[in-house]
Order: sequence, then structure tokens, then C-alpha cells
Amino acid sequence: MAGKPKLYYFNARGRMEPIWWLLAAAGVEFEEKFLESAEDLEKLRNDGYLMFQQVPMVEIDGLKLVQTRAILNYIASKYDLYGKDIKERALIDMYTEGMADLYEMILLLPSCRPEEKDAKIALIQEKTKNHYFPLSRADIQLVELLYYVEEVDSSLISSFPLLKALKTRISNLPMVKKFLKPGSPRKPPTNAKSIEEGRKISSFNKAAMEAKNMQGQYSKALQQ
Amino acid sequence: MAAKPKLYYFHGRGRMESVRWLLAAAGVEFEEEFLETREQYEKLQKEGRLLFGQVPLVEVDGMMLTQTRAILSYLAAKFNFYGKDLKERVRIDMYVDGTLDLMAMIMLAPFQRPEEKQETLASILQKAKTRYFPVFEKILKEHGEDFLVGNKFSWADIQLLEAILMVEELSASVLSDFPLLKAFKTRISNIPTIKKFLQPGSQRKPPPDAHYVDLVSNILQF
Repeated sequence: MAGKPKLYYFNARGRMEPIWWLLAAAGVEFEEKFLESAEDLEKLRNDGYLMFQQVPMVEIDGLKLVQTRAILNYIASKYDLYGKDIKERALIDMYTEGMADLYEMILLLPSCRPEEKDAKIALIQEKTKNHYFPLSRADIQLVELLYYVEEVDSSLISSFPLLKALKTRISNLPMVKKFLKPGSPRKPPTNAKSIEEGRKISSFNKAAMEAKNMQGQYSKALQQ
Repeated sequence: MAAKPKLYYFHGRGRMESVRWLLAAAGVEFEEEFLETREQYEKLQKEGRLLFGQVPLVEVDGMMLTQTRAILSYLAAKFNFYGKDLKERVRIDMYVDGTLDLMAMIMLAPFQRPEEKQETLASILQKAKTRYFPVFEKILKEHGEDFLVGNKFSWADIQLLEAILMVEELSASVLSDFPLLKAFKTRISNIPTIKKFLQPGSQRKPPPDAHYVDLVSNILQF
């Protein structure tokens, strides 16, 4: 039986933190092996555990994975947190890579020279305000949800002017606009026909259960 | 019929070169729009085409993709250069990420001050010979196959060849202790689509020179 994933790193955030978050979000229990001295790192290197002599390293499914991105991609794929096709993956990658850029700037801050620190902090502030926070995966997923909510009941977001504004703003981004046009890969709402087809394909009535569930939840939300 | 992918970048290698390699390896024709002025760059930003305000930008399959790795992963998957399952994919990711770490140092060097540049170049050669090339030499030795992963040509092979050639431009004898990598280099270079890309007249870009460094520093304002 597979053991829990083992995370090898220093007892600090650094490059292991995003991996920690992803495993936690996927509900996966893991062990942490903290490197507390130079000797600990040397031992891992001498034992041939670290492909490029670096940590993070994650022992999972009989593999010794290194390179933060490779590890994150593996975990995301394994636990279905990586979109359903290569186009969705490309979008997710774009957002997470952008986030990684900002993260890297913040990560390297403690190790830069004192003279450079103020300039670097100013750069992080400028980029955060003007490039990164203005758009994130959270915005995209929220807007997607708003569209679905509207399909259930078009009046639902009418009392949320800020959400409406967000929906309009995001929908007008060139990429998103294209995706919202007819003929794009975007799928139509689940209806009785697609539920029936889903039933034929899968052995559980999963789709039907989900649709019922969704309707139930929104009715509950409406009643509150 | 699908439109050709369109690449928006400076007329030089930088972060776009790996994308050019991947497209070339797949035998896919592509168009390029070269950024020559600050105004052009700002225009792209204003048009909202650059998700985080940066290039590379690749227009492909109806998407405006930015972020080098996002672009490369998408193309690798699209052209079946990404392994046959998750375990092969993670191996390709690990090898590629290691290689890209090495290449990032090479990419940065021309933009550094002369004193830093010397240090960086020395570090690049040292890391290539002690951290990166030995790993790939060992991988090739252990499975004895022609390609790095799954006995099939993949993104990992393309990325490694690109890196080898770039390091050789800094030191022609860098592969002297790596016989399997030497053979690998020859073998991959002879793949027809790669061979074509390596010939004069292809869309492969030359190493950065002073003009390129000035151009990019001016446009990106650093």
C-alpha cells in the first residue's frame, strides 16, 4: 500500500509551501522531513536522492520528485486540480506561472542585499498592484460561477453590483471574450438530454446527482 | 484550416527561443511579429493581450498565451512531446525544469554588468559540468535508449539539445567528459525537423549581441 508522500525541505516556507498548500487542498496527508543541518542536505545528496542536488524533493508513488513546478504539476494532475483538457491547463498554467513570478520576487527578498531591498519591495508593490492582483484564477473561477448562477436564475446577481461589474470586466478581456463566443470549446448547460447521455456512459448517476444537487443548493440559497 | 501560430517577441532568442525550437521540432510553421520599439510593446499591453503585461506572447488555437512554461507545456502536449502518462510527464517536467534553470543563467548573463557577467559565465560552465550534464549522461547510460524518456522523442530531448548548443557556444569542449551526451547531440540534431531548424535561413535566432541587449533594455526599461 502506498505510504504518505514525504516532503524534504527546510523548516520554512520557501519553495515547498505551494506544494504543501496543494496537498492540503487535495486532502492528502503527508509527512515532512526537515533538513536541519548542512549534513542533512549532504546525506540526501550523497544517497543520490536529489536529481539536481536541490530541494524541494517529494517522495510520492515510488518516485523522488524534484523541481517545484514538476512536483506541483504532478500533484495537480493526480488529484484533478488541473483542468479537464490541455486548453484549460494552458489557462491555469498562465495564471499560476504569473503567480510564481510574483512569489519568486517575494521569496528572494530576505536574501537580497540591504541596499537593494527597498527597490525590490517597491517593484513587488508596483507589479502586485498593476499586473498580478488585477487578475487571478480566483477572478476567472468566480466569473465562471456567476454565469452558471445566472443560468439557474438570471435575477440572482442583480443585487450584487460589484459582482456584475467583475463579470463584465472579465468577460471583456480579449481571451475570455473569444471563449464566450458561440463556436468556442465552451460547453452548454447540463440538461436532461446530457444527463441521460451521461448515464449511458458512466456507471453511476453521477451527473444526475450533481445537477439535482446544484439545483437544490441554489434553491436553498434563494430561500435564505 | 488552423491559422499558423504567431509569436510576439524581440528579434532574438530570450525566452521565446525554446518555443521556436518546439514548433520547429514539430514541423509546424509559425509567424513572428518582432517588437522593435517601446510603442509597439505598450500597444500590446494596452490591447490587453499580455496577461501580466509581458512577452513572450503566442497566439495559437484561438488563445493568447503568455508565460513561457505555459506556452511550452501546451505545445508539448499538443504535439505529443509530453510522454504517454503522468509518470513520463513528470520525468519530462523534471528534466526540462532543470535544463531551463541552466538556460535562465545563460539568458541573464548578457544583461549583467561586466564583473557579474564573468562570474555568471564561470558558474554556468561549472553547473553544466557538475550538476546538469552528469544527470543526463547517467539517465542515457542507465536505460541505453536513444531518447531521455519513454524511448520516444519528447520535449525533454529538444530542451536538452538547445541547452547543450548554448553552453557549447560559451565553451566548445564542454561535452568532452560526456560521450553519451555527445552522441545524443548528434542523434537529435539529425532528426529531419531539427536538422532543418539548425540550418541557416531558419527562424532560429543568433546569440544575443550588444544591439539586442540595448533594444531589450530600452523596450522593457531596465
